[in-house]
Amino acid sequence: MRFMVCLKPVPEPGTVKVDPKTHTLRRESATLILNPADRYALEAAVELKEKVGAEVTAVMMGPPNAIPLLKEAYACGADNIYLLSDRAFAGSDTLATSYVLSLAVQKLGPFDLIFCGKVSIDGETAQVGPELAAWLNWPSVIWVKDIRPAQNGFEVVRLTDEGEEELEVRPPALFTIEPEINDPRPPSIKRLLEMLTREVPTLTAEDLDADPSHLGLEGSPTRVLDVFTPTYEEKKEILEGPAEEVVEKLVSILKERGLI
Amino acid sequence: MVIDYFLSPEQKLILEVTERIGKEYIAPYALKWDEEETCDPRPLKALALADLFGLFIPKEYGGLGFGTFENCLVIETLSKYCAGVATTFAASGLGAYPILIAGHKGQKEKYLPQIAVGKKLCAFALTEPQAGSDAAAIKTTARKEGDYYVLNGIKQWITNGGVADLYTVIALTDPKKGARGASAFIVEKGDPGFVIGKKEKKMGLRASTTTELFFSNCRIPKERLLGREGMGFIIAMKTLDLSRPGVGAQAVGLAQGALEVALNHARQRVQFGQPVYNFQAVSHTFAEMAMRIEAARALVYSAARFIDSGAKNISAASAMAKAFASDVAMWVTERAVQMMGGFGYMRDFPVEKMMRDAKCLQIYEGTNEIQRNVIARELPKFLKPLEIG
Repeated sequence: MRFMVCLKPVPEPGTVKVDPKTHTLRRESATLILNPADRYALEAAVELKEKVGAEVTAVMMGPPNAIPLLKEAYACGADNIYLLSDRAFAGSDTLATSYVLSLAVQKLGPFDLIFCGKVSIDGETAQVGPELAAWLNWPSVIWVKDIRPAQNGFEVVRLTDEGEEELEVRPPALFTIEPEINDPRPPSIKRLLEMLTREVPTLTAEDLDADPSHLGLEGSPTRVLDVFTPTYEEKKEILEGPAEEVVEKLVSILKERGLI
Repeated sequence: MVIDYFLSPEQKLILEVTERIGKEYIAPYALKWDEEETCDPRPLKALALADLFGLFIPKEYGGLGFGTFENCLVIETLSKYCAGVATTFAASGLGAYPILIAGHKGQKEKYLPQIAVGKKLCAFALTEPQAGSDAAAIKTTARKEGDYYVLNGIKQWITNGGVADLYTVIALTDPKKGARGASAFIVEKGDPGFVIGKKEKKMGLRASTTTELFFSNCRIPKERLLGREGMGFIIAMKTLDLSRPGVGAQAVGLAQGALEVALNHARQRVQFGQPVYNFQAVSHTFAEMAMRIEAARALVYSAARFIDSGAKNISAASAMAKAFASDVAMWVTERAVQMMGGFGYMRDFPVEKMMRDAKCLQIYEGTNEIQRNVIARELPKFLKPLEIG
């Protein structure tokens, strides 16, 4: 079996700067860390590989200074690592990003399963995983908290708003992984040392035969109009008067707002 | 760390990974483990997956092939987060050293690869109820019977007792000869007649386990003898020479942790309208703490590098690193509690734990009084009479 894991470099909280013109994140200037949720996706793939025997390929779209993060993925059990990097990718929204990832699947595949983190800590959209599945025309299962090998594929438990759902999944399929699924391992020093002098293969837009109109800002229908810290006002209302009147008023307010 | 030691890229990498293990796998739970006296397997698993149990095991046996210095870097870093977890780690190294020092090829091939991947944890068993500082007074015996040795006796205060899979045990093969009749053996968990005794209730280092070990007609194959009969005491002393800078490193890390926690507090805690760090009595105490820590670190690193150079006369340097740094850690952690006042005394904050942990570093792997004996014994070898005038 062959698994792919999608990894994202994200700015370490506190080091991020926003481009004043495009309102997108200036990733080159920030200290990059592996998106925390992606560590669970990688660990899930590696643990499943250890159970069923598979090859894990970790793919990351990002600037060249994200390479140490891919090396870390190798040290955490990925067998192959690839950076998808091109100036043309800059400013990509989730649609353009998932398009590039889908090209990587075609280039590096075939894969049986794709693992994505549940959500990234910078964009917080949780869209790339399901969008990638859509580009590939694959089924996707989000919020996966357990994966067990089964006869015709995998038994998967996923969280829902109401509780849990158990599904039988036949590959190919894409999972987005819940953090509660595992405890990600630390990197192996032996493998990190191996990576000290090793080059990480990089794929450009040309290598992926990408359609330029789908890339970067041009390929991104999302427009970030502004980035700001939301403020909200607490509205307090103090009801005064005799207890009976106050209770009556309170009940009518609650009814008015549909709360009782 | 005020002074840059110009670590190699490999050493920096080791440090980064260890730091991460400290932050992610130890720091959130250290106070809980101390409170509950738990030797949790999770940080040990993380250390194993990071290959750290193979740090100083030669590459040919599946290790990383580094030395005492790198071992000190790792122990120091772990100790900043929890000296108890660091003890479990370092004591496993202590138990592995005799195999490295005296094991023959077959023994190394059998045990070292498993130790390197963290599959087998080790322990070192020398101390007995009546043989602490006077280690030569051990009474445990190993009688040869055909292809076996039969061990009888009690070992006391053995770190990793019950947790470890492999025990290097010093026992008398020729009781008439005293220390010269001692030999070193590998005893495996589950060997017949080998029983783990009660778990000790300790003042500090409570995330590590300390027990008695009982040997009651414990039969082990004769192939478990390390080196030759009669070499046991030499192997034990060589082992301690190699491991003592590790205790020094533990002390440096522990003291550094206390400094960082207390400094952060002193800069935030406002009394008389300003952070208490602004008061000279407080800031000078911190300056003193930092100076002593840097001095201890410099000594530990120098001793470790001296050992890694292949030098022969390492006993004094090793003893100095251990005694000086652990005395510093005791002083620094006590001051850290004082600098944090009531907060320092509460178990909700880590410095009182650090102070309790520090005490043991002055006691185990040879009390600091014994270290001074070693240093005094060795001094004439290094110093020539200076004649002036």
